[in-house]
Amino acid sequence: MAKRVELSDLNCYYGDFHAVDSVNLTIEPKSVTAFIGPSGCGKSTVLRSINRMHEVTPGAKTKGKVLLDDEDIYGPTVDPVTVRRTIGMVFQRPNPFPTMSVYDNVAAGLRLAGIKKRSILDDSVESSLKGAGLWGEVSGRLKKPGAGLSGGQQQRLCIARAIAVQPQVLLMDEPCSALDPISTLTIEDLIGKLKDEFTIIIVTHNMQQAARVSDRTAFFNISETGQPGRLVEHAATSKIFSNPSEKRTEDYITGRFG
Amino acid sequence: MDRFIQALVIGAFFAALAPLVSVLGFTVARGAKRFDWTFFSTTMNGVSESDSNGGAFHAIIGTLEQIGIATLIAVPFGLLVSIYLTEYAKGRFGRVVSFFVDVMTGVPSIVAGLFILAAWVLAFGFGFSGLAGALALTVLMLPTVVRSSEEMLKLVPPSLREGGLALGLTRTRVVLRIVLPAALPGIVTGVMLAIARIAGESAPLLLTVFGFVATNANPFSGAQSSLPLYVFNEAGNNNQTALDRAWTGALTLILLVMLFNLVARLGVYVLSRKRA
Repeated sequence: MAKRVELSDLNCYYGDFHAVDSVNLTIEPKSVTAFIGPSGCGKSTVLRSINRMHEVTPGAKTKGKVLLDDEDIYGPTVDPVTVRRTIGMVFQRPNPFPTMSVYDNVAAGLRLAGIKKRSILDDSVESSLKGAGLWGEVSGRLKKPGAGLSGGQQQRLCIARAIAVQPQVLLMDEPCSALDPISTLTIEDLIGKLKDEFTIIIVTHNMQQAARVSDRTAFFNISETGQPGRLVEHAATSKIFSNPSEKRTEDYITGRFG
Repeated sequence: MDRFIQALVIGAFFAALAPLVSVLGFTVARGAKRFDWTFFSTTMNGVSESDSNGGAFHAIIGTLEQIGIATLIAVPFGLLVSIYLTEYAKGRFGRVVSFFVDVMTGVPSIVAGLFILAAWVLAFGFGFSGLAGALALTVLMLPTVVRSSEEMLKLVPPSLREGGLALGLTRTRVVLRIVLPAALPGIVTGVMLAIARIAGESAPLLLTVFGFVATNANPFSGAQSSLPLYVFNEAGNNNQTALDRAWTGALTLILLVMLFNLVARLGVYVLSRKRA
């Protein structure tokens, strides 16, 4: 299922503001890549460009290419809705649909794809919740509102919802920043398991987290406010955290600036 | 200081409650006298002002039909406009629409009545009818529905819309399956407030449905009565019997609006229970 993601000369804009300048980056299938960098460096923007969520913001646009196994998702005939079905996303704050039950939250994506057969939905809900490590906790209350779960459970519910549609790539935008350390650990373990099936890209402000969960790390930075963010360095996580090639990367991970 | 403010707030609460309670209490006390079966089953056909019988059946039918038609027109239109404003409008056109909705909110009810009188009743020559009254009420109801629905839709967190879009839902699906259900209880409350606002209107109805002493169940042709018009007519008389009818008419109107509210809330409750 998992596919390779290749960013080629990707530029992002908010209106006239040039937010991200010319990112080139290849992300191998079934790996975890962490995006790190100071606030405002454009890492979330780049992430949101990968499933065309960036353009949802009024005035926002991108230039350049995002290739998914050699197919440009910004191609003239590509429907952004189709792209988002192939590339799932988990957000900073858990956002289960408040009027839907646990079951309906997970089944939401499949139902929209026109699947109505109960047995298929049941199987998908169970396997997705198991995949998100939530089945044991919610199997008895699938009909209860999804918003009634704890924050960590809600975030895993959102992960289950995202993987239920069998995406090729899973994007995570600071998925643990609103969670307590124990829930964070659960999600980090989960990421380790999910990479057997999906290509995972995770934005995080927590460098220990990046070091723990990712195979490769991309460091983004801005030279000063008002300037576009740039990709400074992209390498194996072990290299970034032990022996980065760039001075700016080293300064950042050792906490010498920012 | 804290205590002072607290006392002030509590005082203001009771001050605000006083007119409400006294209006309600007064209406109940005065309206109870004629709150009988005859009132709800007969009309004013052949009843003179000093007679102690007579009823408001014709007025209740008229009010139900006029409010019903106005709601059927104003709610779908208002909801669509509010969805447009919150979910789709990005540029200048949205601001223009928004501005005109605000202007419409300020239209005095008599002007809405005059507008329908001039355009629908006279210029197009459709004559007085329940429908003409409903159209005037629609003009008054529409901005209230748009504004309140818009506020409710705005309260739905953007993160839910993003969640839906990121799942590969189209914008239409996001609105129908996620945003509208989340805002539904608030929208229903807004619609109920709008109904309550128009249910008591008499001036625009005077110009469009005219008023009538007997039952005319057909809202599309001929003059009708309505509860506000009934109250207006009866209260204009000096006989105690007519005044009693006016009070009971007012009480009926209050109870009717309360009933709508209860039914609507029950509907929302059942709907949300079924989903949960």
